[in-house]
Amino acid sequence: MTAVLLASAGTSSFPVLPALVVTPVLGALLVMVLPRRRPELLKLVAVSTAVVTGAMSFWLLSAFKVGDPGFQFLSETPWMGDLGVSLLFGIDGISLFLVILTGLLFPVALLAIDPGHDARPYYAWMLLLEAGVMGVFGALDLIVFFLCFEVVLVPMYFLIGRWGHGNSARAATKFFLYTMAGSALMLVGILALAFLHADATGADISFDLVAIAEAQSLSTGAARWIFAAFALAFAVKVPIFPLHTWLPDAHTEAPTAGSVILAGVLLKLGTYGFLRFGLYLFPEASHYFAPVFLTLGVVGIVYGAIVATMQADLKRLVAYSSVAHLGFIILGTFALNTEGIEGGLLQMVNHGVSTGALFLLVGMIYERRGTRMIGDLGGLQKSAPVLAGVFMVVMLSSIGLPGLNGFVGEFLVLLGAFNAHRWWAVAAAGGVILAALYLLWAYQRVFHGPAEGDNADMPDLGLREALVLAPLLALIVFMGVYPKPVIERMEPAVDSLVRHVEFHVDGFSEPVSQMGSEIGPLDDSHGEHG
Amino acid sequence: MIAALTTPYVAWWALVPLITFAVAGFLLLTVASLVRRLPAVLAPAWTAVAGLGVLLYLVPMWSRVGRDGADSFLAGTVGVDRSSIFVTGILAVAVIAAALISRDYLPREDLPGVELYVLLLMSAAGGVVMASANDLIVLFLGLEILSIAVYVLAALHLRRIESQEAALKYFLLGAFSSAFLLYGIALVYGATGSTNMVRISAFLAQNVLVDDAMLLAGLGLLLVGLGFKVAVVPFHAWTPDVYQGAPTPVVAWMAAGVKAAGFAALMRVFVLTLGTYVSDWRPAFQVIAAATVLAGAVVAVVQTDVKRMLAYSSIVHAGFILVGLQAATDRGNSSVLAYLAVYAFLTVGSFAVVTVVSGTGDASHGLDAYRGMGRRHPALAGVFTVLLLGQAGIPFTGGFVVKLGVLAAAVDGGAYWLAGVAMLAAAVAAFVYLRLLVAMYLEEVPSGTETSGAVPLGALVVAVASAVIVLVVGLVPGPLLDLARDAVPVLVAG
Repeated sequence: MTAVLLASAGTSSFPVLPALVVTPVLGALLVMVLPRRRPELLKLVAVSTAVVTGAMSFWLLSAFKVGDPGFQFLSETPWMGDLGVSLLFGIDGISLFLVILTGLLFPVALLAIDPGHDARPYYAWMLLLEAGVMGVFGALDLIVFFLCFEVVLVPMYFLIGRWGHGNSARAATKFFLYTMAGSALMLVGILALAFLHADATGADISFDLVAIAEAQSLSTGAARWIFAAFALAFAVKVPIFPLHTWLPDAHTEAPTAGSVILAGVLLKLGTYGFLRFGLYLFPEASHYFAPVFLTLGVVGIVYGAIVATMQADLKRLVAYSSVAHLGFIILGTFALNTEGIEGGLLQMVNHGVSTGALFLLVGMIYERRGTRMIGDLGGLQKSAPVLAGVFMVVMLSSIGLPGLNGFVGEFLVLLGAFNAHRWWAVAAAGGVILAALYLLWAYQRVFHGPAEGDNADMPDLGLREALVLAPLLALIVFMGVYPKPVIERMEPAVDSLVRHVEFHVDGFSEPVSQMGSEIGPLDDSHGEHG
Repeated sequence: MIAALTTPYVAWWALVPLITFAVAGFLLLTVASLVRRLPAVLAPAWTAVAGLGVLLYLVPMWSRVGRDGADSFLAGTVGVDRSSIFVTGILAVAVIAAALISRDYLPREDLPGVELYVLLLMSAAGGVVMASANDLIVLFLGLEILSIAVYVLAALHLRRIESQEAALKYFLLGAFSSAFLLYGIALVYGATGSTNMVRISAFLAQNVLVDDAMLLAGLGLLLVGLGFKVAVVPFHAWTPDVYQGAPTPVVAWMAAGVKAAGFAALMRVFVLTLGTYVSDWRPAFQVIAAATVLAGAVVAVVQTDVKRMLAYSSIVHAGFILVGLQAATDRGNSSVLAYLAVYAFLTVGSFAVVTVVSGTGDASHGLDAYRGMGRRHPALAGVFTVLLLGQAGIPFTGGFVVKLGVLAAAVDGGAYWLAGVAMLAAAVAAFVYLRLLVAMYLEEVPSGTETSGAVPLGALVVAVASAVIVLVVGLVPGPLLDLARDAVPVLVAG
């Protein structure tokens, strides 16, 4: 199976996906052997490692074959022979942009913020975190995916705990235990899935995602149970509404770089997991449970927005806005149509860029003023007009103003949700209005009005800060005005995923757009893998 | 006319590890009692060399058994197969580690310098007997040789009342459990007509007992006796007290070595000998495994003494091993062996660090002693971090690889609920390891704590080597898994 996969994809060339994982690890090792007293050298090494990794991920964009719904850049190395685990990597249109987002945000976060103390372990943990995230987005073996999914907890735990603010040890522990408990059952689910698949097909035990997903050899009942085990892990990671309580604490106590990465990348592990390992592996169960997730998604949108409105801490406000945004992504994903999933996927990237930028800006305000309390701030526009302007653009993107990136994603999500489940879309649209409310209100209180005390002479953005924010701003505008390059790379993979779901769900026939059912997803989308 | 006396066949080559441990112990004892002042380094070096020699000898032994197959000798009472070689290897590693940790521990505590090593070697010899017993009586002999030495070892810290208390508790409960085991052997003998494992299993394969109450009672008593040695719920109550009180290097041996020998015995008795009765004992094993992981994890969370935490964490590990064992398949057995190997490294490494931190008097085991360790001893804290993450089963450590193995065995056997319970318990137990990490890195050094001096070499070597091995197994699990797969135990008649 995988041999055919490799041969057909013709990737005897440089194994770029493993390199995306290995490079940051090497960087981290290098950082650990450098002298502790040279923070500038440490930073140089860390940033250049992240830049090299980022450059490789952007290279993927150019090398990516547009219009191919299958996995590209495949590479495989046997690992645990006895258990059939192999280091199998590959990306398609769904994971491509998340890899690129990771490659972009890490250099930005590393460049923008200095840790303040203990620079050496800080950079090492950041780079290991990047390696883990790249592993999650690239892995096509269930065990390897789980390994990377779990291992990112360790660097994040230390980043929050050691370099965070306030009661960071407690927040870090909460984050770690919450997510670890969530994913505990997923490992059992993965094992059950692989063994049941091996029993049903008579094949050797294997954790190959594509093979298991295309075979769909499980009984409906077993698939639903295993899906539930997976879904719990992803729901905690996203986080979906009742399981979100770790997020505000972790975000608020985390250092700025930690928040940027947490919001920008780590929250996507859950939503990506739903797409890649929920819908693809368990189409029938996803359809069966979709109403639950649609409802929780909408609840998250409204709840996140209302709670965000009430926050006195700017960082906590952004954290709760994440809950709302992730509700949109879940809504789009479980609309189970091309528009919804594409919108959700776009929102993943948008949220990473916009919320990442928002956390950076909040961090910059905090660095200058030593407080994030909205009540202590005010009139910052006068002393820091550039910062205010940037904040405005980012905030509008987060609200979903047409012409900026957030609009495209939200619009597609609402469109997809409307086609599939009208009333949920109507309720979610209310969340958009609430988002405008809490963000604009916060902006007004922080940047407008009379500036008193320290607020009057707050320094504006420095050159380094502006340079760090520039690529994010450029992306916000670019993706808002001209999303076609992104969408055309996503679409084939999303289309084939939707048809895969439709094909395996009896009597499920929405939406109507380009069904292609006379070919069927098996032969059409993954033909060259068979 | 003198009749020729036929002596039983003895495969001397297979007895070399046992003889090495025993003779090394006796020689050390003899020399120490004859020579007035031995150089302090002699006894630990001697013990470590004996362990190393055994370890090296296991390599040709391994390939010989691979070539000629498993063997049994001494009238079928002792067997040699790759699983017994594998477990002997674990015992040898634990002996070496305990000897290295003790090298600096005994002078620091001003304790006599030879007895510990002699008893360590004796108890290792007993462990080897357990791992290669083909007869329940021989198994009992091995268990007693191992246990009696460990009772004394636990009491070795003459000036700590906790050490005496630990030894007394361990001895009383241990004597009871030995009695249970012996009674179980008697009942099994009554039901099957033999104490020989091969004959018992053949008898049960060919006969159906109309009334098997006696056999089942014997089976239950065997489970109690062996369950006590490996410390599974509800036979675990001695563990925290004994771990807390006994000298720390001894605890390293108890956790790594005694447990490995105990599980080897459980595997031989239940999976191999009583395999035909698996549907009778498996439910009991499953309930015990679930209770063990849950109780161990939950109670570990509320501990404040690090040695007690690690004691409860060792109970969780025992539960995990049982999760693999109850599958009673080749996959299950090899996962148990792999788990025992990695667990040995995790635990000797951890207790090496604990020995260093405990300070003179072997008394500072509170979390306070670990506060700010990340700053005071970055290297030692880093090593301990790896070991704790390994114990928590974090990916890319050996701990994850072996947890995956036992879970896979359980899931393969259809015990989904047990695998789920075990994973949830692992998440609870993670809190314990996180508390230690928090203390080491996220809490400030309490005022009044003087910075500790240099780290003794022996303990450092053990800790670093264990951490490296745990990491390497996590990244390149193939070799260990292959070894464990090839080490699947078999019973053969002589």
